[in-house]
Amino acid sequence: MSTPARVAAGDATPAKVRETAVQLHSAAVRLGGRTIFSDVDLEVRRGEFVAVLGPNGAGKSTLMRAILGLVALSEGSVEVLGRPPAQSRSEIGYLPQRRSFDAETRIRGIDLVRLGLEGSRWGLPVALSGPARARRHTERGRIEEVIALVGADAYASRPIGELSGGEQQRLLIAQALVRRPSVLILDEPLDSLDLPNQATVAALVQRVCAVQGVAVLLVAHDVNPLLGYLDRVIYLAGGKALAGPVEEVITGPKLSRLYGAPIEVLRTSDGRLVVVGSPEAPHHHGHRH
Amino acid sequence: MSNPTLSFDLLRDVREVLQFPFMVNALEAATIVAVLAAVVGWYMVLRRQSFAGHTLSMMAFPGATGAALAGLPAALGYYLACGAAALAMSATGQSGRRRFATESAAIGTVQATGLALGFLFLSLNSAVLGGMETFLFGNILAVTRGQVLVLLIVALVALSLVAVIARPLLFASVDPEVARARGVPVALLDVGFLLLLGLAVAATSQITGVLLVFTLLVAPPAAAQLITAQPVAGLVLSVAFALAIAWLGLGVAYFSIYPASFFITMFAFGLYVAVRCARWALARHRVA
Repeated sequence: MSTPARVAAGDATPAKVRETAVQLHSAAVRLGGRTIFSDVDLEVRRGEFVAVLGPNGAGKSTLMRAILGLVALSEGSVEVLGRPPAQSRSEIGYLPQRRSFDAETRIRGIDLVRLGLEGSRWGLPVALSGPARARRHTERGRIEEVIALVGADAYASRPIGELSGGEQQRLLIAQALVRRPSVLILDEPLDSLDLPNQATVAALVQRVCAVQGVAVLLVAHDVNPLLGYLDRVIYLAGGKALAGPVEEVITGPKLSRLYGAPIEVLRTSDGRLVVVGSPEAPHHHGHRH
Repeated sequence: MSNPTLSFDLLRDVREVLQFPFMVNALEAATIVAVLAAVVGWYMVLRRQSFAGHTLSMMAFPGATGAALAGLPAALGYYLACGAAALAMSATGQSGRRRFATESAAIGTVQATGLALGFLFLSLNSAVLGGMETFLFGNILAVTRGQVLVLLIVALVALSLVAVIARPLLFASVDPEVARARGVPVALLDVGFLLLLGLAVAATSQITGVLLVFTLLVAPPAAAQLITAQPVAGLVLSVAFALAIAWLGLGVAYFSIYPASFFITMFAFGLYVAVRCARWALARHRVA
Protein backbone atom coordinates (compact mmCIF):
# COMPACT_ATOMS: atom_id res chain seq x y z
CA MET A 1 0.00 0.00 0.00
CA SER A 2 1.39 3.38 -0.93
CA THR A 3 1.09 6.31 1.40
CA PRO A 4 -0.97 9.04 -0.25
CA ALA A 5 0.94 12.26 -0.80
CA ARG A 6 0.41 15.04 1.67
CA VAL A 7 -1.77 17.79 0.26
CA ALA A 8 -0.33 21.25 0.73
CA ALA A 9 -2.52 23.68 2.67
CA GLY A 10 -3.65 26.88 1.08
CA ASP A 11 -4.04 25.72 -2.51
CA ALA A 12 -7.80 26.09 -2.58
CA THR A 13 -8.73 28.57 0.10
CA PRO A 14 -5.74 30.68 1.02
CA ALA A 15 -7.84 33.42 2.66
CA LYS A 16 -9.43 31.08 5.15
CA VAL A 17 -6.28 29.33 6.18
CA ARG A 18 -4.92 31.97 8.49
CA GLU A 19 -8.14 32.59 10.42
CA THR A 20 -8.14 31.47 14.04
CA ALA A 21 -10.62 28.64 14.45
CA VAL A 22 -10.14 27.50 18.04
CA GLN A 23 -8.68 29.55 20.85
CA LEU A 24 -8.20 28.70 24.51
CA HIS A 25 -6.85 31.15 27.09
CA SER A 26 -5.50 29.78 30.38
CA ALA A 27 -8.28 27.22 30.29
CA ALA A 28 -8.85 24.86 33.21
CA VAL A 29 -11.37 22.12 33.85
CA ARG A 30 -12.11 20.69 37.28
CA LEU A 31 -14.48 17.76 37.55
CA GLY A 32 -15.60 16.53 40.96
CA GLY A 33 -12.82 18.41 42.74
CA ARG A 34 -10.11 16.95 40.50
CA THR A 35 -8.18 19.21 38.17
CA ILE A 36 -8.20 17.58 34.74
CA PHE A 37 -5.99 20.26 33.20
CA SER A 38 -5.15 23.89 33.84
CA ASP A 39 -3.36 26.80 32.18
CA VAL A 40 -3.94 25.51 28.70
CA ASP A 41 -3.30 28.10 25.98
CA LEU A 42 -4.02 26.97 22.50
CA GLU A 43 -4.66 28.42 19.09
CA VAL A 44 -5.60 26.37 16.05
CA ARG A 45 -6.02 28.08 12.69
CA ARG A 46 -8.10 26.99 9.76
CA GLY A 47 -6.34 24.52 7.53
CA GLU A 48 -4.21 23.28 10.40
CA PHE A 49 -4.02 19.59 11.28
CA VAL A 50 -3.24 19.18 14.95
CA ALA A 51 -2.90 15.92 16.85
CA VAL A 52 -3.76 15.79 20.54
CA LEU A 53 -1.59 13.23 22.27
CA GLY A 54 -1.04 12.10 25.81
CA PRO A 55 -1.35 9.15 28.16
CA ASN A 56 -4.70 7.65 29.14
CA GLY A 57 -6.64 9.83 31.53
CA ALA A 58 -4.64 12.97 30.68
CA GLY A 59 -7.85 14.78 29.76
CA LYS A 60 -7.69 14.67 25.96
CA SER A 61 -11.37 13.90 25.57
CA THR A 62 -12.29 16.47 28.23
CA LEU A 63 -10.32 19.10 26.33
CA MET A 64 -12.26 18.23 23.18
CA ARG A 65 -15.56 18.36 25.04
CA ALA A 66 -14.62 21.75 26.48
CA ILE A 67 -14.01 23.05 22.96
CA LEU A 68 -17.43 21.70 21.99
CA GLY A 69 -19.02 23.45 24.96
CA LEU A 70 -20.14 20.16 26.49
CA VAL A 71 -17.91 20.64 29.54
CA ALA A 72 -17.74 24.04 31.24
CA LEU A 73 -14.36 25.60 31.92
CA SER A 74 -13.67 26.39 35.56
CA GLU A 75 -11.16 29.06 34.51
CA GLY A 76 -10.12 30.81 31.36
CA SER A 77 -11.98 31.07 28.08
CA VAL A 78 -12.62 29.10 24.94
CA GLU A 79 -13.72 30.46 21.60
CA VAL A 80 -14.59 28.65 18.41
CA LEU A 81 -14.61 30.83 15.29
CA GLY A 82 -14.56 33.89 17.55
CA ARG A 83 -17.71 32.92 19.42
CA PRO A 84 -18.60 30.81 22.47
CA PRO A 85 -18.72 27.12 21.43
CA ALA A 86 -22.50 26.85 21.85
CA GLN A 87 -22.96 29.45 19.11
CA SER A 88 -20.65 27.66 16.69
CA ARG A 89 -22.19 24.21 17.01
CA SER A 90 -23.42 24.01 13.45
CA GLU A 91 -19.87 24.60 12.22
CA ILE A 92 -18.17 21.92 14.30
CA GLY A 93 -17.97 18.34 13.09
CA TYR A 94 -17.52 15.92 15.97
CA LEU A 95 -16.62 12.28 16.22
CA PRO A 96 -16.74 11.18 19.87
CA GLN A 97 -14.43 8.63 21.42
CA ARG A 98 -15.00 5.13 20.15
CA ARG A 99 -18.64 4.36 19.79
CA SER A 100 -19.72 1.33 17.90
CA PHE A 101 -23.13 0.14 16.89
CA ASP A 102 -23.96 -3.44 17.74
CA ALA A 103 -25.56 -5.88 15.33
CA GLU A 104 -29.07 -5.08 16.52
CA THR A 105 -28.88 -1.39 15.63
CA ARG A 106 -31.39 -1.25 12.82
CA ILE A 107 -30.53 1.96 11.05
CA ARG A 108 -28.56 2.39 7.83
CA GLY A 109 -25.22 4.10 7.52
CA ILE A 110 -26.67 6.67 5.17
CA ASP A 111 -29.34 7.55 7.76
CA LEU A 112 -26.63 8.30 10.32
CA VAL A 113 -24.86 10.55 7.82
CA ARG A 114 -28.18 12.26 7.08
CA LEU A 115 -28.75 12.85 10.82
CA GLY A 116 -25.48 14.75 10.86
CA LEU A 117 -27.07 17.14 8.38
CA GLU A 118 -30.68 17.40 9.56
CA GLY A 119 -30.84 15.60 12.90
CA SER A 120 -31.24 18.82 14.84
CA ARG A 121 -34.18 20.10 12.76
CA TRP A 122 -37.66 20.05 14.28
CA GLY A 123 -40.76 19.05 12.40
CA LEU A 124 -41.24 16.68 9.52
CA PRO A 125 -39.15 16.84 6.36
CA VAL A 126 -41.97 17.84 4.05
CA ALA A 127 -40.77 19.66 0.98
CA LEU A 128 -43.71 21.25 -0.79
CA SER A 129 -42.39 24.60 -2.00
CA GLY A 130 -39.84 25.02 -4.80
CA PRO A 131 -36.95 26.25 -2.62
CA ALA A 132 -37.55 23.52 -0.03
CA ARG A 133 -37.45 20.91 -2.76
CA ALA A 134 -34.30 22.41 -4.21
CA ARG A 135 -32.65 22.35 -0.79
CA ARG A 136 -33.65 18.72 -0.34
CA HIS A 137 -32.10 17.89 -3.67
CA THR A 138 -28.87 19.71 -2.78
CA GLU A 139 -28.71 17.94 0.57
CA ARG A 140 -29.23 14.53 -0.98
CA GLY A 141 -26.36 15.32 -3.33
CA ARG A 142 -24.18 16.42 -0.42
CA ILE A 143 -24.85 13.17 1.45
CA GLU A 144 -23.87 11.10 -1.57
CA GLU A 145 -20.80 13.26 -2.11
CA VAL A 146 -19.50 12.91 1.42
CA ILE A 147 -20.13 9.15 1.43
CA ALA A 148 -18.11 8.90 -1.78
CA LEU A 149 -15.39 11.06 -0.22
CA VAL A 150 -14.82 8.55 2.60
CA GLY A 151 -15.20 5.66 0.16
CA ALA A 152 -18.27 4.16 1.81
CA ASP A 153 -20.55 3.92 -1.26
CA ALA A 154 -20.55 0.16 -1.29
CA TYR A 155 -22.05 -0.31 2.16
CA ALA A 156 -23.75 2.98 3.12
CA SER A 157 -27.20 1.47 2.59
CA ARG A 158 -26.61 -1.47 4.88
CA PRO A 159 -27.60 -1.44 8.56
CA ILE A 160 -24.75 0.16 10.50
CA GLY A 161 -24.67 -2.69 13.01
CA GLU A 162 -23.74 -5.19 10.29
CA LEU A 163 -20.64 -3.26 9.24
CA SER A 164 -17.07 -3.72 10.43
CA GLY A 165 -15.44 -1.25 12.80
CA GLY A 166 -13.52 0.41 9.97
CA GLU A 167 -16.62 0.74 7.80
CA GLN A 168 -18.59 2.22 10.68
CA GLN A 169 -15.78 4.67 11.37
CA ARG A 170 -15.71 5.91 7.79
CA LEU A 171 -19.44 6.56 7.85
CA LEU A 172 -19.11 8.39 11.16
CA ILE A 173 -16.39 10.56 9.66
CA ALA A 174 -18.75 11.25 6.75
CA GLN A 175 -21.38 12.25 9.33
CA ALA A 176 -18.93 14.67 10.93
CA LEU A 177 -18.02 16.15 7.53
CA VAL A 178 -21.47 16.38 5.98
CA ARG A 179 -22.17 19.99 7.01
CA ARG A 180 -18.81 21.20 5.68
CA PRO A 181 -17.67 22.15 9.17
CA SER A 182 -14.96 24.76 9.77
CA VAL A 183 -13.68 22.84 12.77
CA LEU A 184 -13.36 19.07 12.95
CA ILE A 185 -12.91 17.36 16.30
CA LEU A 186 -12.06 13.67 16.01
CA ASP A 187 -11.64 11.73 19.24
CA GLU A 188 -9.52 8.66 18.50
CA PRO A 189 -10.81 8.03 14.98
CA LEU A 190 -7.95 5.60 14.26
CA ASP A 191 -8.67 3.49 17.29
CA SER A 192 -9.48 -0.12 16.39
CA LEU A 193 -8.74 0.37 12.70
CA ASP A 194 -6.18 -1.86 11.03
CA LEU A 195 -2.97 -0.29 9.71
CA PRO A 196 -3.99 0.30 6.07
CA ASN A 197 -7.26 1.84 7.28
CA GLN A 198 -5.41 4.07 9.74
CA ALA A 199 -3.24 5.43 6.94
CA THR A 200 -6.22 5.98 4.62
CA VAL A 201 -8.25 7.78 7.26
CA ALA A 202 -5.28 9.96 8.28
CA ALA A 203 -4.69 10.89 4.62
CA LEU A 204 -8.39 11.61 4.11
CA VAL A 205 -8.54 13.90 7.14
CA GLN A 206 -5.42 15.73 6.02
CA ARG A 207 -6.87 16.24 2.54
CA VAL A 208 -10.15 17.64 3.90
CA CYS A 209 -8.16 19.85 6.23
CA ALA A 210 -5.98 21.30 3.49
CA VAL A 211 -8.47 21.54 0.62
CA GLN A 212 -11.42 22.88 2.59
CA GLY A 213 -9.40 24.89 5.10
CA VAL A 214 -10.80 23.00 8.07
CA ALA A 215 -9.14 23.19 11.47
CA VAL A 216 -8.65 19.60 12.63
CA LEU A 217 -8.07 18.46 16.20
CA LEU A 218 -7.44 14.73 16.26
CA VAL A 219 -7.00 12.79 19.48
CA ALA A 220 -4.71 9.79 19.13
CA HIS A 221 -2.93 7.20 21.20
CA ASP A 222 -0.43 6.31 18.56
CA VAL A 223 1.26 9.12 16.70
CA ASN A 224 2.90 6.94 14.04
CA PRO A 225 0.13 6.73 11.44
CA LEU A 226 -0.23 10.51 11.63
CA LEU A 227 3.39 11.62 11.47
CA GLY A 228 3.40 12.34 7.76
CA TYR A 229 0.31 14.53 7.86
CA LEU A 230 0.48 16.70 10.95
CA ASP A 231 1.17 20.41 11.20
CA ARG A 232 1.47 20.50 14.96
CA VAL A 233 0.99 18.33 18.01
CA ILE A 234 -0.44 19.09 21.42
CA TYR A 235 0.70 16.95 24.30
CA LEU A 236 -1.40 16.69 27.40
CA ALA A 237 0.24 15.19 30.46
CA GLY A 238 0.12 15.88 34.17
CA GLY A 239 -2.63 18.44 33.69
CA LYS A 240 -0.50 20.61 31.39
CA ALA A 241 -0.40 21.02 27.66
CA LEU A 242 2.63 21.35 25.43
CA ALA A 243 2.16 22.45 21.84
CA GLY A 244 4.57 22.77 18.97
CA PRO A 245 5.62 21.60 15.51
CA VAL A 246 6.09 17.87 15.09
CA GLU A 247 9.90 18.11 14.84
CA GLU A 248 10.18 20.06 18.10
CA VAL A 249 7.84 18.04 20.29
CA ILE A 250 8.39 14.56 18.88
CA THR A 251 11.87 14.06 20.25
CA GLY A 252 13.15 11.28 22.46
CA PRO A 253 13.83 13.40 25.56
CA LYS A 254 10.51 15.29 25.40
CA LEU A 255 8.39 12.18 24.88
CA SER A 256 10.27 10.26 27.54
CA ARG A 257 9.64 13.06 30.03
CA LEU A 258 5.93 13.29 29.13
CA TYR A 259 5.21 9.61 29.38
CA GLY A 260 7.66 8.84 32.12
CA ALA A 261 9.07 5.96 30.06
CA PRO A 262 12.07 5.69 27.76
CA ILE A 263 11.07 6.54 24.20
CA GLU A 264 13.26 6.88 21.13
CA VAL A 265 12.50 8.76 17.94
CA LEU A 266 14.17 7.52 14.76
CA ARG A 267 14.24 9.10 11.32
CA THR A 268 13.88 6.86 8.28
CA SER A 269 15.83 7.42 5.06
CA ASP A 270 12.87 9.18 3.46
CA GLY A 271 12.67 11.58 6.39
CA ARG A 272 9.73 10.06 8.23
CA LEU A 273 9.72 9.90 11.99
CA VAL A 274 9.29 6.64 13.79
CA VAL A 275 8.50 6.51 17.48
CA VAL A 276 9.91 3.43 19.15
CA GLY A 277 9.10 2.05 22.60
CA SER A 278 5.96 3.71 21.62
CA PRO A 279 3.59 5.75 23.70
CA GLU A 280 0.84 3.52 22.53
CA ALA A 281 -1.40 3.12 25.53
CA PRO A 282 -2.78 -0.26 26.60
CA HIS A 283 -5.85 -1.23 24.62
CA HIS A 284 -8.64 -0.54 27.01
CA HIS A 285 -11.03 2.34 26.79
CA GLY A 286 -13.28 1.85 29.74
CA HIS A 287 -11.89 5.03 31.21
CA ARG A 288 -14.14 8.02 30.87
CA HIS A 289 -13.07 11.56 31.58
CA MET B 1 -80.15 -12.07 15.98
CA SER B 2 -78.61 -15.31 14.84
CA ASN B 3 -75.08 -16.29 15.69
CA PRO B 4 -72.58 -14.71 13.32
CA THR B 5 -71.26 -17.12 10.76
CA LEU B 6 -68.50 -16.64 8.27
CA SER B 7 -69.89 -16.66 4.74
CA PHE B 8 -66.49 -16.51 3.01
CA ASP B 9 -67.85 -13.58 1.05
CA LEU B 10 -65.52 -10.89 2.39
CA LEU B 11 -67.66 -7.92 1.44
CA ARG B 12 -70.77 -9.44 3.05
CA ASP B 13 -68.87 -10.36 6.18
CA VAL B 14 -67.43 -6.87 6.56
CA ARG B 15 -70.85 -5.35 6.04
CA GLU B 16 -72.32 -7.63 8.66
CA VAL B 17 -69.64 -6.70 11.20
CA LEU B 18 -70.13 -2.99 10.61
CA GLN B 19 -73.88 -2.98 11.21
CA PHE B 20 -73.29 -3.17 14.97
CA PRO B 21 -72.32 0.12 16.66
CA PHE B 22 -70.19 -1.73 19.23
CA MET B 23 -68.14 -3.26 16.41
CA VAL B 24 -67.73 0.14 14.74
CA ASN B 25 -66.54 1.61 18.04
CA ALA B 26 -64.19 -1.29 18.54
CA LEU B 27 -62.74 -0.99 15.05
CA GLU B 28 -62.24 2.75 15.38
CA ALA B 29 -60.60 2.40 18.79
CA ALA B 30 -58.37 -0.40 17.53
CA THR B 31 -57.37 1.66 14.50
CA ILE B 32 -56.43 4.73 16.56
CA VAL B 33 -54.52 2.69 19.10
CA ALA B 34 -52.74 0.62 16.45
CA VAL B 35 -51.37 3.71 14.69
CA LEU B 36 -50.29 5.37 17.94
CA ALA B 37 -48.70 2.24 19.39
CA ALA B 38 -46.92 1.36 16.14
CA VAL B 39 -45.31 4.80 15.80
CA VAL B 40 -44.30 5.29 19.45
CA GLY B 41 -43.34 1.60 19.67
CA TRP B 42 -41.00 1.98 16.69
CA TYR B 43 -38.96 4.53 18.64
CA MET B 44 -39.21 2.43 21.80
CA VAL B 45 -37.79 -0.66 20.09
CA LEU B 46 -35.04 1.42 18.47
CA ARG B 47 -34.18 2.95 21.85
CA ARG B 48 -34.36 -0.45 23.56
CA GLN B 49 -36.75 0.87 26.13
CA SER B 50 -39.11 -2.09 26.09
CA PHE B 51 -38.59 -2.58 29.81
CA ALA B 52 -39.62 1.03 30.41
CA GLY B 53 -42.68 0.44 28.24
CA HIS B 54 -43.50 -2.71 30.19
CA THR B 55 -43.21 -0.86 33.48
CA LEU B 56 -45.42 1.95 32.21
CA SER B 57 -48.07 -0.60 31.27
CA MET B 58 -47.96 -1.96 34.83
CA MET B 59 -48.68 1.55 36.09
CA ALA B 60 -52.23 1.17 34.86
CA PHE B 61 -52.76 -0.95 37.99
CA PRO B 62 -52.12 1.82 40.57
CA GLY B 63 -53.75 4.22 38.08
CA ALA B 64 -57.02 2.31 37.87
CA THR B 65 -57.22 1.38 41.55
CA GLY B 66 -56.22 4.88 42.62
CA ALA B 67 -58.80 6.45 40.34
CA ALA B 68 -61.50 4.14 41.72
CA LEU B 69 -60.52 5.12 45.24
CA ALA B 70 -60.62 8.82 44.41
CA GLY B 71 -63.84 8.49 42.43
CA LEU B 72 -62.23 9.52 39.14
CA PRO B 73 -62.67 7.87 35.72
CA ALA B 74 -60.32 4.90 35.30
CA ALA B 75 -58.89 6.31 32.06
CA LEU B 76 -57.78 9.46 33.85
CA GLY B 77 -56.07 7.28 36.45
CA TYR B 78 -54.20 5.45 33.65
CA TYR B 79 -52.88 8.67 32.14
CA LEU B 80 -51.91 10.21 35.48
CA ALA B 81 -50.15 7.09 36.77
CA CYS B 82 -48.26 6.54 33.50
CA GLY B 83 -47.21 10.19 33.38
CA ALA B 84 -46.03 10.13 36.99
CA ALA B 85 -44.11 6.90 36.43
CA ALA B 86 -42.47 8.30 33.28
CA LEU B 87 -41.27 11.32 35.26
CA ALA B 88 -40.08 9.14 38.15
CA MET B 89 -38.11 6.93 35.75
CA SER B 90 -36.38 9.85 34.09
CA ALA B 91 -35.62 11.44 37.46
CA THR B 92 -34.02 8.29 38.88
CA GLY B 93 -32.39 7.14 35.66
CA GLN B 94 -29.12 8.53 34.36
CA SER B 95 -28.51 10.05 31.03
CA GLY B 96 -25.40 9.80 28.92
CA ARG B 97 -23.26 6.86 28.19
CA ARG B 98 -24.02 4.75 31.22
CA ARG B 99 -27.73 5.30 30.82
CA PHE B 100 -28.53 1.74 29.83
CA ALA B 101 -26.52 0.24 32.67
CA THR B 102 -28.40 2.04 35.42
CA GLU B 103 -31.71 2.54 33.70
CA SER B 104 -33.08 -0.95 34.24
CA ALA B 105 -32.45 -0.78 37.99
CA ALA B 106 -34.24 2.56 38.26
CA ILE B 107 -37.14 1.31 36.17
CA GLY B 108 -37.46 -1.88 38.21
CA THR B 109 -37.65 0.19 41.39
CA VAL B 110 -40.36 2.40 39.93
CA GLN B 111 -42.29 -0.69 38.82
CA ALA B 112 -42.20 -2.29 42.27
CA THR B 113 -43.24 0.96 43.94
CA GLY B 114 -46.11 1.45 41.49
CA LEU B 115 -47.41 -2.06 41.99
CA ALA B 116 -47.19 -1.71 45.77
CA LEU B 117 -49.22 1.50 45.61
CA GLY B 118 -51.76 -0.24 43.40
CA PHE B 119 -52.07 -3.04 45.92
CA LEU B 120 -52.57 -0.50 48.71
CA PHE B 121 -55.32 1.27 46.76
CA LEU B 122 -56.95 -2.08 46.03
CA SER B 123 -56.99 -3.09 49.69
CA LEU B 124 -58.55 0.26 50.58
CA ASN B 125 -61.30 -0.22 48.01
CA SER B 126 -61.85 -3.81 46.97
CA ALA B 127 -64.83 -2.89 44.78
CA VAL B 128 -62.38 -2.54 41.85
CA LEU B 129 -61.74 -6.25 41.94
CA GLY B 130 -64.86 -6.94 39.87
CA GLY B 131 -63.38 -5.36 36.75
CA MET B 132 -60.03 -7.05 37.13
CA GLU B 133 -60.28 -9.25 34.05
CA THR B 134 -61.20 -6.33 31.81
CA PHE B 135 -58.43 -4.36 33.38
CA LEU B 136 -55.83 -7.05 32.72
CA PHE B 137 -56.92 -8.23 29.29
CA GLY B 138 -59.07 -5.43 27.94
CA ASN B 139 -62.59 -5.47 26.64
CA ILE B 140 -62.53 -3.83 23.28
CA LEU B 141 -66.13 -4.70 22.49
CA ALA B 142 -67.30 -2.51 25.37
CA VAL B 143 -65.64 0.68 24.09
CA THR B 144 -68.02 3.66 24.02
CA ARG B 145 -68.29 6.63 21.63
CA GLY B 146 -66.89 8.87 24.35
CA GLN B 147 -63.85 6.64 24.80
CA VAL B 148 -63.20 6.62 21.07
CA LEU B 149 -63.30 10.41 21.05
CA VAL B 150 -60.84 10.68 23.96
CA LEU B 151 -58.54 8.15 22.30
CA LEU B 152 -58.65 10.14 19.08
CA ILE B 153 -57.69 13.38 20.84
CA VAL B 154 -54.89 11.70 22.80
CA ALA B 155 -53.55 10.05 19.66
CA LEU B 156 -53.65 13.26 17.64
CA VAL B 157 -51.80 15.16 20.38
CA ALA B 158 -49.20 12.41 20.78
CA LEU B 159 -48.64 11.95 17.04
CA SER B 160 -48.31 15.70 16.50
CA LEU B 161 -45.63 15.75 19.18
CA VAL B 162 -43.84 12.86 17.49
CA ALA B 163 -43.99 14.75 14.19
CA VAL B 164 -42.35 17.80 15.77
CA ILE B 165 -39.52 15.88 17.46
CA ALA B 166 -39.20 13.10 14.86
CA ARG B 167 -35.68 13.81 13.64
CA PRO B 168 -34.03 15.10 16.83
CA LEU B 169 -35.53 12.13 18.69
CA LEU B 170 -34.10 9.73 16.12
CA PHE B 171 -30.72 11.46 16.40
CA ALA B 172 -30.80 11.37 20.21
CA SER B 173 -31.89 7.71 20.15
CA VAL B 174 -29.16 6.28 17.93
CA ASP B 175 -26.31 8.75 18.45
CA PRO B 176 -26.81 10.72 21.69
CA GLU B 177 -23.28 12.07 22.03
CA VAL B 178 -23.09 13.67 18.61
CA ALA B 179 -26.69 14.87 18.95
CA ARG B 180 -25.79 16.64 22.19
CA ALA B 181 -22.74 18.23 20.56
CA ARG B 182 -25.00 19.51 17.79
CA GLY B 183 -27.25 21.22 20.33
CA VAL B 184 -30.07 18.67 20.39
CA PRO B 185 -31.64 18.71 23.90
CA VAL B 186 -31.03 15.00 24.48
CA ALA B 187 -31.96 14.94 28.18
CA LEU B 188 -35.22 16.78 27.53
CA LEU B 189 -36.06 14.40 24.68
CA ASP B 190 -35.38 11.42 26.99
CA VAL B 191 -38.00 12.69 29.45
CA GLY B 192 -40.34 13.77 26.67
CA PHE B 193 -40.21 10.38 25.02
CA LEU B 194 -40.98 8.55 28.27
CA LEU B 195 -44.02 10.81 28.72
CA LEU B 196 -45.10 10.07 25.14
CA LEU B 197 -44.61 6.38 25.78
CA GLY B 198 -46.71 6.72 28.93
CA LEU B 199 -49.47 8.35 26.90
CA ALA B 200 -49.37 5.62 24.25
CA VAL B 201 -49.32 2.86 26.86
CA ALA B 202 -52.23 4.35 28.81
CA ALA B 203 -54.25 4.63 25.60
CA THR B 204 -53.35 1.15 24.39
CA SER B 205 -53.99 -0.60 27.69
CA GLN B 206 -57.63 0.52 27.65
CA ILE B 207 -58.09 -1.54 24.51
CA THR B 208 -55.82 -4.53 24.90
CA GLY B 209 -55.69 -4.57 28.68
CA VAL B 210 -52.61 -4.05 30.78
CA LEU B 211 -50.99 -7.40 30.13
CA LEU B 212 -51.38 -7.29 26.36
CA VAL B 213 -50.19 -3.74 25.68
CA PHE B 214 -47.07 -5.17 24.21
CA THR B 215 -48.98 -6.88 21.48
CA LEU B 216 -49.33 -3.62 19.60
CA LEU B 217 -46.41 -1.70 21.08
CA VAL B 218 -43.59 -4.18 20.45
CA ALA B 219 -44.42 -6.86 17.90
CA PRO B 220 -45.26 -4.63 14.88
CA PRO B 221 -42.25 -2.29 15.20
CA ALA B 222 -39.90 -5.15 16.07
CA ALA B 223 -41.02 -7.06 12.98
CA ALA B 224 -40.75 -3.90 10.85
CA GLN B 225 -37.21 -3.24 12.06
CA LEU B 226 -36.21 -6.79 11.24
CA ILE B 227 -37.37 -6.20 7.68
CA THR B 228 -36.01 -2.73 7.00
CA ALA B 229 -33.41 -0.44 8.55
CA GLN B 230 -34.76 2.57 6.69
CA PRO B 231 -36.55 4.83 9.19
CA VAL B 232 -39.53 6.00 7.10
CA ALA B 233 -40.16 2.56 5.60
CA GLY B 234 -39.87 1.03 9.07
CA LEU B 235 -42.45 3.39 10.54
CA VAL B 236 -44.88 2.82 7.67
CA LEU B 237 -44.46 -0.94 7.87
CA SER B 238 -44.90 -0.88 11.64
CA VAL B 239 -48.21 0.97 11.30
CA ALA B 240 -49.35 -1.36 8.52
CA PHE B 241 -48.57 -4.43 10.65
CA ALA B 242 -50.35 -3.03 13.70
CA LEU B 243 -53.46 -2.15 11.66
CA ALA B 244 -53.54 -5.56 10.00
CA ILE B 245 -53.17 -7.33 13.34
CA ALA B 246 -55.84 -5.24 15.05
CA TRP B 247 -58.37 -5.50 12.22
CA LEU B 248 -57.83 -9.20 11.63
CA GLY B 249 -57.99 -9.94 15.34
CA LEU B 250 -61.26 -8.07 15.75
CA GLY B 251 -62.76 -9.57 12.60
CA VAL B 252 -61.91 -13.12 13.55
CA ALA B 253 -63.09 -12.58 17.13
CA TYR B 254 -66.47 -11.47 15.83
CA PHE B 255 -67.03 -14.82 14.17
CA SER B 256 -65.64 -16.79 17.07
CA ILE B 257 -66.44 -17.33 20.72
CA TYR B 258 -62.96 -16.33 21.89
CA PRO B 259 -61.95 -12.81 23.00
CA ALA B 260 -60.50 -10.27 20.54
CA SER B 261 -57.39 -9.62 22.68
CA PHE B 262 -56.43 -13.25 22.29
CA PHE B 263 -56.58 -13.15 18.50
CA ILE B 264 -54.83 -9.79 18.24
CA THR B 265 -52.01 -11.13 20.38
CA MET B 266 -51.78 -14.40 18.46
CA PHE B 267 -51.58 -12.60 15.12
CA ALA B 268 -48.85 -10.32 16.51
CA PHE B 269 -46.90 -13.29 17.77
CA GLY B 270 -47.36 -15.12 14.47
CA LEU B 271 -46.14 -12.08 12.55
CA TYR B 272 -43.02 -11.73 14.65
CA VAL B 273 -42.17 -15.43 14.43
CA ALA B 274 -42.77 -15.47 10.67
CA VAL B 275 -40.49 -12.47 10.10
CA ARG B 276 -37.78 -13.95 12.33
CA CYS B 277 -37.93 -17.25 10.47
CA ALA B 278 -37.92 -15.56 7.07
CA ARG B 279 -34.83 -13.57 8.02
CA TRP B 280 -33.11 -16.67 9.32
CA ALA B 281 -33.92 -18.58 6.14
CA LEU B 282 -32.73 -15.68 4.02
CA ALA B 283 -29.44 -15.45 5.91
CA ARG B 284 -28.88 -19.20 5.47
CA HIS B 285 -29.73 -18.93 1.82
CA ARG B 286 -27.11 -16.20 1.37
CA VAL B 287 -24.44 -18.20 3.13
CA ALA B 288 -25.16 -21.38 1.16
